[in-house]
Amino acid sequence: MGTMKEEIIIAGFGGQGVLSMGKILAYSGVMQDYEVSWMPSYGPEMRGGTANVTVILSDSPISSPIAHDFDTAILLNQQSMDKFEPMIKPGGLLIYDPNGIVHPPTRTDIDVYVLEATEECARRGNTRLFNTMMLGGYLKVRPAITVESAFRGLKKSLPERAWKSLPDNEAAIVSGMELIRKS
Amino acid sequence: MKQEVRLMKGNEVIAEAAVRAGCDAYFGYPITPQTEVIETLMEMRPWETTGMVVLQAESEIASINMVYGAAACGKKVMTSSSSPGISLMGEGISYMAGAELPCVILNVQRGGPGLGTIQPAQSDYFLATKAGGHGDFRMLVLAPNSVQEMYDHVFLAFELAFRYRNPVMILSDGVIGQMMEKVELSEAVGRLTDAEVLERYGDWALTGRHHRDRNIVTSVQLDPHIQEGVNNTLLGKYRRAEREEVRYESTDCDDADYVIVAYGSSARISSKAVEMAREEGHKVGLLRPITLYPFPSAQIRELAGRVKGILTVEMSTGQMVEDVRLSAGCAVPVEYYGRYGGMIPTPGEVYQALKSLLIEKQA
Repeated sequence: MGTMKEEIIIAGFGGQGVLSMGKILAYSGVMQDYEVSWMPSYGPEMRGGTANVTVILSDSPISSPIAHDFDTAILLNQQSMDKFEPMIKPGGLLIYDPNGIVHPPTRTDIDVYVLEATEECARRGNTRLFNTMMLGGYLKVRPAITVESAFRGLKKSLPERAWKSLPDNEAAIVSGMELIRKS
Repeated sequence: MKQEVRLMKGNEVIAEAAVRAGCDAYFGYPITPQTEVIETLMEMRPWETTGMVVLQAESEIASINMVYGAAACGKKVMTSSSSPGISLMGEGISYMAGAELPCVILNVQRGGPGLGTIQPAQSDYFLATKAGGHGDFRMLVLAPNSVQEMYDHVFLAFELAFRYRNPVMILSDGVIGQMMEKVELSEAVGRLTDAEVLERYGDWALTGRHHRDRNIVTSVQLDPHIQEGVNNTLLGKYRRAEREEVRYESTDCDDADYVIVAYGSSARISSKAVEMAREEGHKVGLLRPITLYPFPSAQIRELAGRVKGILTVEMSTGQMVEDVRLSAGCAVPVEYYGRYGGMIPTPGEVYQALKSLLIEKQA
């Protein structure tokens, strides 16, 4: 009891699939009987600027759905990097896509991983797989959520009409796991 | 009886709860951050299953008056809005209290005054507990702190609304409305027939006059003697609610030197601040009012008799703190910490405030 608790921030541009990535992760947590919370930004930043979501996975009840520091940050644009890199706990994890990042992370007391998902998705001609590819990278580095749970969480988070995209998204998760590398 | 675990937004679960609680009608008008309530109801199409009416009115004023009409007919009826929309409903709420009509009103609070911001706030505490409209009345006010309580409180709110024949407000906010958590959904209870309403709640509703005297549902009493009698009836109900309906949750208060009083999302944030304080060896507890009216005054008075200080945490410039101070008397310092205007305090900020306002000051 009380051994697993992961506070995650996912942040980027609206349209990158930030909120859905959080939703898939939260559903994957449910598949493993974790307590979960998913708290999105829904304010003016949703209307064009940045979007972020805090996901908490825990094997005990979650007190605050609002966090002031994070075990993991998945950061997908420069504004998010500027805002959230300082809020990662020492020893925590930062995953980012270098696309559009002009000031890479500088902290040395955290683990930094790079996943060039934008480029890989462009190569495949399907930018909509970006968020599941990033999620795959996270699952590789933090295996608290199994790939099987993630596949089930993915299916659960999508409406039935979107299930035809499941094979591509599952493949993207696997690619993300393969492509992620330590910075 | 519990079944079915789902991951849902607080707003979405309100729709599920309404249908499963046997709600007869929902009237509302969209406003961020609670529009998912009517969106989800429209997706669920309950008029095809339970026969529940779901209608987007032309305004909040129209919504609350439709609620009045349905309630006068003994129907389980609800509406939802966010702060500016609730202001518009004030007149109708007052009329319903005066006419002794049951209804459930969800307020998913956002920052104000005015049109304000669409971000979360708890700045309608005064509105909900003191002045939901003109005249001498109270609403019973429930303050959910999770998606599960959003669900449970719909059932409880209907129960209280009919027990007291009075509007009940579920006072939530943008955090609880927008976030997703796991929720256990219970089995649906059917809608009541007119005969069942009569049997359970008495013969006051406009169900069609057959073999009885006229029922008159109104809030106008031009004779002050009669109006004073109405006020006494209402007062009697409020005194009874104060005796019988106080609900709260007390965590880690038994050995506490300091206690945080907070409700709704602030209570969630504060409970992590309590964990942080305990980790550093400070004996801190949390008292969470679940009913804001009636307010857990006796519990706070009791705590004030044995702790060194109380911190009230709320997403407003300081509203509930007035009731906490009234309850505590002058026994101990009662401090306030809050963020407002759509800003959300972090657990770290709350813990810092607790230290600087109380723990370190008294060290």
